[in-house]
Amino acid sequence: MALLELEDLHVYYGNIHALKGVSLHVEAGEIVALLGANGAGKSTTLNTVSGLLRPRRGSVRLEGDDLIRVPPHRIVERGVVQVPEGRRIFGQLTVLENLEMGAFTRTDPQGVKEDLERVFTLFPRLKERAGQVAGTLSGGEQQMLAIGRALMARPRVLLMDEPSMGLAPLLVEQIFDAIQEINRQGTTILLVEQNAYMALQVAHRGYVLQTGQVVLSGPAEQLRENPEVKRAYLGG
Amino acid sequence: MWRVGLVFGAVAWFVSLAGLVEALHARWVVDGVFSAGQALLVLLLAASGWVGARRSGATLAARLGAGTVAGATAGFCLGLLAWLGAHVNLRAMFINASPVLFELLLRGRPPESGWAANLLVGAALGLAGSLVGVAPAGLVRPLLAGLAGALGLGLFQDLVLLILQPEALTSVREWLFVAGGGPTVQGVLAAATASAAGAGLRPAVKTLAPGASLPPRAAQVVWSLVGVALLATLPVAGGPFVAQVLVIVGLYTLMGLGLNLEVGLAGLLDLGFVAFFAIGAYTVGLLTSTGEHGIAHWSFWAAVPVAVLVSLVAGVVLGIPVLGIRGDYLAIATLGFGEIVRLLVLSDALRPWLGGSQGVLAIPKPVVAGFELSGPQHLYYLTVVASAVVAYVAWRLQDSRLGRAWMAIREDEDVAEALGINLVSVKLLAYGLGAAFAGVGGAIFAVMVGSVFPHSFQLLISIQVLALIIVGGMGSIPGVLVGSAVLIGLPELLREFGEFRFLVYGAALVAMMLLRPEGLLPAAAQRRELHAEVEAEPQSAQLAAGTATEGR
Ligand SMILES: Nc1ncnc2c1ncn2[C@@H]1O[C@H](COP(=O)(O)OP(=O)(O)OP(=O)(O)O)[C@@H](O)[C@H]1O
Ligand SMILES: [Mg+2]
Repeated sequence: MALLELEDLHVYYGNIHALKGVSLHVEAGEIVALLGANGAGKSTTLNTVSGLLRPRRGSVRLEGDDLIRVPPHRIVERGVVQVPEGRRIFGQLTVLENLEMGAFTRTDPQGVKEDLERVFTLFPRLKERAGQVAGTLSGGEQQMLAIGRALMARPRVLLMDEPSMGLAPLLVEQIFDAIQEINRQGTTILLVEQNAYMALQVAHRGYVLQTGQVVLSGPAEQLRENPEVKRAYLGG
Repeated sequence: MWRVGLVFGAVAWFVSLAGLVEALHARWVVDGVFSAGQALLVLLLAASGWVGARRSGATLAARLGAGTVAGATAGFCLGLLAWLGAHVNLRAMFINASPVLFELLLRGRPPESGWAANLLVGAALGLAGSLVGVAPAGLVRPLLAGLAGALGLGLFQDLVLLILQPEALTSVREWLFVAGGGPTVQGVLAAATASAAGAGLRPAVKTLAPGASLPPRAAQVVWSLVGVALLATLPVAGGPFVAQVLVIVGLYTLMGLGLNLEVGLAGLLDLGFVAFFAIGAYTVGLLTSTGEHGIAHWSFWAAVPVAVLVSLVAGVVLGIPVLGIRGDYLAIATLGFGEIVRLLVLSDALRPWLGGSQGVLAIPKPVVAGFELSGPQHLYYLTVVASAVVAYVAWRLQDSRLGRAWMAIREDEDVAEALGINLVSVKLLAYGLGAAFAGVGGAIFAVMVGSVFPHSFQLLISIQVLALIIVGGMGSIPGVLVGSAVLIGLPELLREFGEFRFLVYGAALVAMMLLRPEGLLPAAAQRRELHAEVEAEPQSAQLAAGTATEGR
């Protein structure tokens, strides 16, 4: 059984049919990339998994348990945590306070302390700036913070929405290194990206979404070689 | 710089034509010599000099010159007003453009020369103001304190006279005040010297004070004891009038603490907050009244927990329909709720139970161990204890898990939800607990007045509570107390200028938002937000340095 399984999801915004029967699955320990152009429905897919949107049809299952109708905070408690698009850190709070907020659902102070150390090892920059107001961090640091905040919930599945958005190439590389490291430490990752080149470097498998439908899927190496993907997303 | 002068001139025109100057003219700062109305104009002219000096040139001469020009311009405006008043009948439009006002502006001179006199006085005061502007802070602070002391004695003379009522203090009273009039010259000088000395010696006092030589923990205890002793003796020393004002400040503090949970911590704007105050008051009224609407004849102490509970439930009930509403829309929806509650208690349909516009009468006073808490001097202690308890609860809530969740939804509701915060329960708790706090205030209000009427629960109260937490500093518990002291206490003490209350109120709010938008005693997060630019500078420099090293 797949760890996370989406089957025939149909999601609407009013009359707009944003997802038209999306099915995909993520196995434990994998990094799965979800690619697609602007407006393809990538964020919609993640928000449906997080319980922030309710599909009109279809199912989301975590280890076989249906997550539809489970309220968002319970989904977080079950270990499915999202790093939202555009970072959206708490700008007025300090770095440390942001991280603590990520551990909101936790009840094991000892484990929280360990995870804080883990985040600080992963992103030493955050440790240096623990007392700084998060709104004054650079874009890259804010992305690190957003990832770190999600890790504080000790997720089993991490949903990441365009972590490379608006970052300089050097920082993008750093972020993707961190993603691989997080995955090596045992967290399963569903990664939404427009930067298909980088995403297919770190992912095991990938899906390509087009206007609310999966049009391509397969192992990352295979997608990298696919002429359509190359033309559309790799600029080659 | 003449532009600064024009702005202040316009303000002077406004306060003059609105009647504030004339109203204050009836109050002596120095008996027979100098009135509060004159003081207001003098302060405006000096302030224009102060602002003018601070806004201009680097050299001392340039700044003093600018201040003088600004003061002269403002003085010219006043002179123009006096000249106009003498030649044109302004009264047709401005009812307050009275002979008294022009007599005050011209001081017996004919308008032609009085005009010049105003300009010269303006220039002199502008220069004085700019001198204050360039003087070192160590000098300015005692100077301003002395000024405040001198004005304060005149402005709050009723209060001072009340305190000096006892026979034993007659000689002090006669030394400070002309019988039946304002402060004497020596009285004003004494008040000014005392406050100036107080401000000047503050650093010295800090080191000599009882706390200084003690370890910090013990010092805290000493200061708390001093504070408690002061709180305990205040109504005894000040008499029933002062006690009454303090009770009202306390009631607004209770409401402010409640609204602060909703608006300050959770970011949920609520303009119908007075409804919960009303619900607390009516619950106590109905449960304890010995009149026709009384249903239980309970004691106050038995009714209070019920009142708190009923308010809490009302808060949750309000919260449910507005859960999905955000921002400005929320303000409108809650505004409606406040009005619905007021109209319900006013309605004829519910008159048999709630008394309609006649209200609920004959609410007995609380009794403690056979002793009735009757007047404001007794109820004051009840209010202080209630406020202290509620403030303690608010403080514990703020640092709790729930407080964190409120902070998260205030900052970003969507992300808070994505991080596993249950929006429904967290929001309903904010509404419920906030309402419960207001319910405590309402309960005390009911026994203070001895009856409850629908017209006591106007929209204006909701607005005042919101204003006081904004002035005090959003999300800050001490800020609530400061806000209600400044916005509720001061106007109560200056009741005779009551008709200008909202004029000054509005001006103070506008000035506040321009000069100190984070409030008088802001909470940490607010201070950060509103001064982010100032703070960001050194940090972005640091960042640049960080990237530079990385680039190697
Ligand atoms: N709140 C909304 N209301 C109405 N339509 C929406 C809303 N959010 C998204 N949509 C529409 O749904 C479709 C999918 O949007 P979605 O945000 O999932 O795209 P995306 O793949 O994440 O794009 P991007 O790469 O630009 O973030 C788009 O056509 C978009 O216009
Ligand atoms: Mg998106």
